[in-house]
Amino acid sequence: MELVKKIGFVLLGLFIILNWGLIMSGIIRKIIARLGMRRGIKVFQPYINLIKNYSIRSQISHGVMFYLGPVFRLSGGIGIFLFMPLIHGSELWSNFSFTGDLILIAYFAFFGMLGMALGAGEGGHPYSAIGISRGLAQFTAIELPLTLAIISIAIQYNTLSISEIVAAQQGGIQNWTLVTNPFATVAAMISFLGAMGHSPFSVVMAPQEIPIGPPTEYHGTFLGILQTNRAILHVIEAVLYMNLFFGGATNWGILILKSFLVYFWSVFVGMVFPRFRVDQSIPWLLKLPVLIGIIAIALLII
Amino acid sequence: MSLSNKNEQEKNIRVTEDKFLAPENRKHTVIGPGGEEIFVDPLNDYFCTEKPKVEKPYKGILEKFYNWARAESLWVLGYGTGCGSIELPPLFSPRFDAYRFGVAMRPTPRQSGVFIISGYLAVKTLKRVIRSYEQMQNPKYVIALGSCTINGGMYWDSYNTINRLDHYIPVDVYIAGCMPRPEAILSGFNRLKEKIKEGRAEGANEYIEKLEWYKANQKKIIKDWNMPDYNW
Ligand code: SF4
Repeated sequence: MELVKKIGFVLLGLFIILNWGLIMSGIIRKIIARLGMRRGIKVFQPYINLIKNYSIRSQISHGVMFYLGPVFRLSGGIGIFLFMPLIHGSELWSNFSFTGDLILIAYFAFFGMLGMALGAGEGGHPYSAIGISRGLAQFTAIELPLTLAIISIAIQYNTLSISEIVAAQQGGIQNWTLVTNPFATVAAMISFLGAMGHSPFSVVMAPQEIPIGPPTEYHGTFLGILQTNRAILHVIEAVLYMNLFFGGATNWGILILKSFLVYFWSVFVGMVFPRFRVDQSIPWLLKLPVLIGIIAIALLII
Repeated sequence: MSLSNKNEQEKNIRVTEDKFLAPENRKHTVIGPGGEEIFVDPLNDYFCTEKPKVEKPYKGILEKFYNWARAESLWVLGYGTGCGSIELPPLFSPRFDAYRFGVAMRPTPRQSGVFIISGYLAVKTLKRVIRSYEQMQNPKYVIALGSCTINGGMYWDSYNTINRLDHYIPVDVYIAGCMPRPEAILSGFNRLKEKIKEGRAEGANEYIEKLEWYKANQKKIIKDWNMPDYNW
């Protein structure tokens, strides 16, 4: 009975996160449009696009791995969700989090990307292959500052459990990692820019460069799955950063507000700065952010 | 007929049918890793030769709902053919802002549902248009822009352009003018939306039903046909 209830709440949480992800991307697109003096899309346009993609009548397949690519990507997104505590202090909204979930989540973030690489590779489109190799190269560089930041806060709180890290930050802003370990926060927030794929690091998916990179061959339901995953992933990654650095959330209202603000940080930077090429972004990521990450660890050890 | 004579004849046939193919697409033998010779016919071996099928629409309220979603989310293939394509970029500028109608550009034919033929079609371009159109997935819609696509326009007697677009691919909406302004294109989008919502925009199925007629017309114009019959 306990388990059934638990699974019910996990599914409900997934449903809320998915819808918040779709609405959030609509709101963000609207804000970007207003910045450009346009009316912009309808807020519910992401839903319509999703329904449209699921309603395409014919699909082309290139083989088994081509099918599995989006599935792997989706399981990467849902995998992160499954082990992420959403609301602090609530047994039911903490999903399947356990001691050590932080490592598993870092693994799942890469897992989806790899599955996508295999699928897009089998698509046979040269642009997919170029896109995926650039994407993986950049993603590896993006992971490095984040990993250093995670090591730093693992040393700081002496745990790898997200729930315990959130618990240690309760009691006001002065306890947030943002204040207690600013170097780790800065390194991780730079890495967040890359993970969200907005401007300085958006070259992988940029329509102007090579036709949209990895998903070039994906259409219809395949693309629908990728879009579903994107909606989940954007929110859940923002929730991860919120949990690690900004004190977590004690109810859904705070979760929605904080995840929006964390996500908006990447949109804000994306609107202000132009795009890096891959050969510029990787060296940039490997210099300053990595240095900040190392300082964050060194300060704790000394 | 002697053997050598026959061989010669076969060689001649091969040369004529391979004349337009790129070297890597001609029939040839490759040496395998173990030294064995493998004969490949790229057009049959590397490309899908299956014939396309008519995809029946769903019935009743489900199809209505889907048609509403398809109409409200028109993804346009970013492909410009004639001078009319210069009118497409302004559509996405703050002044005309086609995004508010659910119109967006996609850079790949796989993901897009609307093909705007933006003007005259040179014979060379027609081939690319056919390839791109066939790679788009059912349902797909075609908007023909400018008088060149209706009857040839001012290129009516050109040696190098086609006159009537709907002899080569099915067209859903024509937008007349030389060249039509972005407002006219926006109204064309709205006309297309009405058509989709009424369930009358079945160009993709029509193309497959009358494939032979379309193919015959296309091959009449494209003399150097060097691709599979249907480009999946
Ligand atoms: S209709 Fe006019 S503007 Fe359009 S392609 Fe033809 S000549 Fe150019």
